[in-house]
Amino acid sequence: MTTNAAPAQTSAPRTSLLRSDAAQRFMAFGALILMFIIFSLLSPYFLTGSNISGILIATAVNGILAIGVTFVIITSGIDLSVGTVMTLTTVMMGKVVTDWGMPIPIGLLAGIVTGLAAGFVNGFLITKAKLPPFIATLGMLNVARGLSLVISNVKPIYFDENPAFNQIAMGVFIDLSRFIPGLVINNAVLILFGAAILASLILSKTVLGRYTFALGSNEEAARLSGVNVHRWKIAVYMLTGFFSALAGIVMASRINSAQPSLGQGYELDAIAAAVIGGTSLSGGEGSILGTVIGAFLISTLSNGLKILSVPPEWQIVVTGLIVWLAVWLDIIRRRK
Amino acid sequence: MRKIVVLFSVLMVLALVAGCAAPAAPATGGQTAATQAPAASGAKPYIPVISKGFQHQFWQAVKMGSENAAKDLNVDITFEGPGSESEVDKQIEMLQTALDKKPAAICFAALDSKAAIPLLEKAKAANIPVVGFDSGVDSDIPVATAATDNLAAAAAAADKMAEAIGKAGKVAVIAHDQTSRTGIDRVKGFTDRMKATYPDIEVVSVEYGAGDPLKSTEIVKAVIQANPDLKGYFGANEGSMKGVMNGVKETGKEGAIVMIGYDAGKQLKDAIRAGTVLGAISQDPVGIGYKCVEAAVKAIKGETVSKVIDTGYKWYDKSNIDAAEMQPLLYD
Repeated sequence: MTTNAAPAQTSAPRTSLLRSDAAQRFMAFGALILMFIIFSLLSPYFLTGSNISGILIATAVNGILAIGVTFVIITSGIDLSVGTVMTLTTVMMGKVVTDWGMPIPIGLLAGIVTGLAAGFVNGFLITKAKLPPFIATLGMLNVARGLSLVISNVKPIYFDENPAFNQIAMGVFIDLSRFIPGLVINNAVLILFGAAILASLILSKTVLGRYTFALGSNEEAARLSGVNVHRWKIAVYMLTGFFSALAGIVMASRINSAQPSLGQGYELDAIAAAVIGGTSLSGGEGSILGTVIGAFLISTLSNGLKILSVPPEWQIVVTGLIVWLAVWLDIIRRRK
Repeated sequence: MRKIVVLFSVLMVLALVAGCAAPAAPATGGQTAATQAPAASGAKPYIPVISKGFQHQFWQAVKMGSENAAKDLNVDITFEGPGSESEVDKQIEMLQTALDKKPAAICFAALDSKAAIPLLEKAKAANIPVVGFDSGVDSDIPVATAATDNLAAAAAAADKMAEAIGKAGKVAVIAHDQTSRTGIDRVKGFTDRMKATYPDIEVVSVEYGAGDPLKSTEIVKAVIQANPDLKGYFGANEGSMKGVMNGVKETGKEGAIVMIGYDAGKQLKDAIRAGTVLGAISQDPVGIGYKCVEAAVKAIKGETVSKVIDTGYKWYDKSNIDAAEMQPLLYD
């Protein structure tokens, strides 16, 4: 659906977008750097090659989910089903690859088609059946969770007969450990960056991206100017489903299994990453770079607090405080 | 648009086929299994079994045990549990519904050791015997409780760990949560034994990963980063242990860190056979399920039952993992 990327009239929305982006980039990135400095000063074990590798890969699943959810949030919608749809895609991959013995690429394809289908149902319910996005995707959260359990027969499905499957996320294409001991870039991280670049291009260079912003800032105006609002909205939810499937591939490959009872709660971390990165829940504003930085903030914070041995109960409290702080700073920035 | 609709329909059909093609166990799994047996309709006594969950392999094994007992003792049971082990309110609702069906007895594994007491008092007033399993209730209403002594089992894991690391050095623990009886007891059993018996061993970290393998992996990796000289890791349930295995593997510390787990599951069993994990504590989930139904039947008949039914635990490692007597305890 996204292929008919018209080259025309890219200038007007892009310039204003860039300007708000630049400020946000600086703000969130500054916070990330600050966090790195603080943790590095407090513990000698934080700023090491292997720990940086750990933070990078810990960001992969949440980062990709957050990229997907950024699109729907920009349309002033929401997708609560990204976590359990991700799980459903992993179960479909397990079913196809392990239980039916088909080649890995077909399994990955089945996962992606599942993600797109779930996104389509979300979009269809929101546009045609007029369900509020919150309700439509809340329903999908449960449907996907239930189907994962049914299809897997409430059992994890393992990929250990296919050693190549684990390499999708854990393989090392870029090994920097010669320069900095322990620093390796796992494929999962490359997939995250690839997803981020793809999403940025879609958001800034394609019709789909332009309409994503248009739907969020003024849906009625978009409709009156002849945009097929329903069609594009469905496309946006399918895109989110696609990124859930991509996160599913990384997840399944990393833990070398499809765990059917996982996934609930992941949507909140993804939404938090998007919001910390400056995506506005009232729609019309947001950037992929901001979201990725938001995801890095969350995983860096979680990693650092554990390295400092902060009691686990307090780690949860601190994470909540940081979400408040990030969004409050964003509001102050906007007021200026 | 039409194409997309067709594509989607095909996919849903595919999903359904996938669901049906799954090797259907005698009970189709999930909460719905509970609804098919109407209460008090047949001549057989009806015993609802209310578990802490049904999604984990452990609970599926408990379910199997209770179904076996139902068959052997000629009673009707239903097995249900909430979707996650934090849904205390949902479980209370299930207990209420079960009581409304006027069962002959109830088997109950409490998510919260106090929250269910008012309902249990109702059961007592209606002369419905209650049998606890897996996790006890802070009350003397249950006529019996069939459970693993988690304190003793985790202490045994601590002994094995101490022996393997030469009774000195740093070790860490990761568990599923800090509120459930099993989470509390396993962490306490392990750390108390270390403190009391092995003065040169330091438990440097106790973390909780909700039994989520991915979250647990990130936790374990961070703890290993902060403690490069860590000598041992104890994973206090199946999901936590998956995180330990994954985290140790990803940090390249296999061989340097002694790993000890809890429960079973294919991944853990394979790792023990391969020698990357030293061993694990196994409970007897099938036995827990069987013995709670058995005790309920005895209570219905008015026979005496012992208040505490210790269903036991076993240490297993490379040497006995394939022994015949271990097989009923080690689910995949």
